[in-house]
Amino acid sequence: MLESYTGAAILLLIATAIAVGMVVATTILGPKRQFADKMEPFECGESQLVSPYQRFSVKFYLVAVLFILFDIEAVFLFPWAILYKKLGLFGLIEMMVFLLILGVGLMYVWIRGGLDWE
Amino acid sequence: MWIDLAITMVKILFILTITVGFFAPVLTWVERKQSAIMQDRIGANRADILGFTALGLFHIIADALKMFTKEDFIPQGANRALHTLSPIIALVPAIVTFAVVPFGGQYMLWGKEVSLVISDLDVGILFVFAISSIATYGYVVAGWSSNNNWSLLGAMRTASQMISYEVAMGLTIIGVLMVYGSMQLTEIGAAQETGYWGFILQPVGFVMFFTAAIAENKRVPFDAPEAESELVAGYFTEYSGLKFGMFFMAEFIEMVTIGAIMTILFFGAWHIPFLPTATLLSMFDFLGDDFSNLVVMLIHVGVFFGKVTFFIFVQMIIRWTLPRFRYDQIMKLGWKVLLPLSLLNIVGTGIVILLF
Repeated sequence: MLESYTGAAILLLIATAIAVGMVVATTILGPKRQFADKMEPFECGESQLVSPYQRFSVKFYLVAVLFILFDIEAVFLFPWAILYKKLGLFGLIEMMVFLLILGVGLMYVWIRGGLDWE
Repeated sequence: MWIDLAITMVKILFILTITVGFFAPVLTWVERKQSAIMQDRIGANRADILGFTALGLFHIIADALKMFTKEDFIPQGANRALHTLSPIIALVPAIVTFAVVPFGGQYMLWGKEVSLVISDLDVGILFVFAISSIATYGYVVAGWSSNNNWSLLGAMRTASQMISYEVAMGLTIIGVLMVYGSMQLTEIGAAQETGYWGFILQPVGFVMFFTAAIAENKRVPFDAPEAESELVAGYFTEYSGLKFGMFFMAEFIEMVTIGAIMTILFFGAWHIPFLPTATLLSMFDFLGDDFSNLVVMLIHVGVFFGKVTFFIFVQMIIRWTLPRFRYDQIMKLGWKVLLPLSLLNIVGTGIVILLF
């Protein structure tokens, strides 16, 4: 079982080595000419007016919560999809009930404006 | 044991050559040349060696050399460690996804059964989703660690877009899994040898998966996270040199991955229509058992990458044809169109399977 992951693990190691090697190479090979004005973060020619490191409203937090809900739904659907031909009518009805409940939930979020963007 | 390991290493080297060594650099040239042709320009044709331009192919070498020798810029106040780490997090998953992508079937070569996939996992498609989602961390960390407002906005957009389309992408392929009854990519590919191809059985799923996949890869028309005209360059505004190039490599390799997954799930993987492996083998019977297997293997690999190239080409055409969607349109498409439609697709597929 675990042996089948050997290839993936080796590929992971080699890919990491390539990526690290690229970063190291570009750090070593590139020139280093630094002065104060150049090191400022880019902001269309201005000095930075506000720092990005402060609290700000993440508008899509609701979407993030919905993502967790629907992704867990997808997790339930994967094994069901594999076994569907064996489950037959029982599987269909069971999953229809499940999808219906989630569909009602999606409709609720939709009508309450949870998916709207200004 | 050792021979298995050697075969695995050969396959890994092949995959690395074809992704990092071939597709990623060549696609930078293709993108420029194809956009030039589509916009009636001459395009990349200046780099030359002794007067030969080779259709601008030397630009690949020039680009690579330039990226290696440019200054690695880290802005003041940035988190240096994370700023350096994030291109690695973005690039590595893009390559590792290829571990489960089969680029051919199984062949008997000199008494040894060779399966052309690095890791034949029974959860193949889940592995693809799981690993490719890790790249999101790379993009978000890149945007956050740069101490730049544009980068941060780009990172936020990336995060929201990726999680929105992650759901849609997962749900759109459930229809395919129901039809073939497996998550193993080799099995799905093998099932299409004689059976119908995925896009005939799952036409709606095919279109939706392609849409969601392009959105996941943040390419035009879904490139709001790196919208040049709004956010300078999005999450990689403060990147230079090869670290900048690594984000692009990740994007191009993901294009190849999308093409490969599309080919396996919907376009018959490595098979030629109406030409099963057995027939193909008998055509090369005169070469003897081993060599006929070898020839068929090469044909299948060629066919597979031919199809992948076709899907990359389609993605390129889409990229240079459509304008960028507005941000709320992107979110609306993901949540109000793709999500309900994919749920309906699952219900429809279920009923049809039960009836026939």
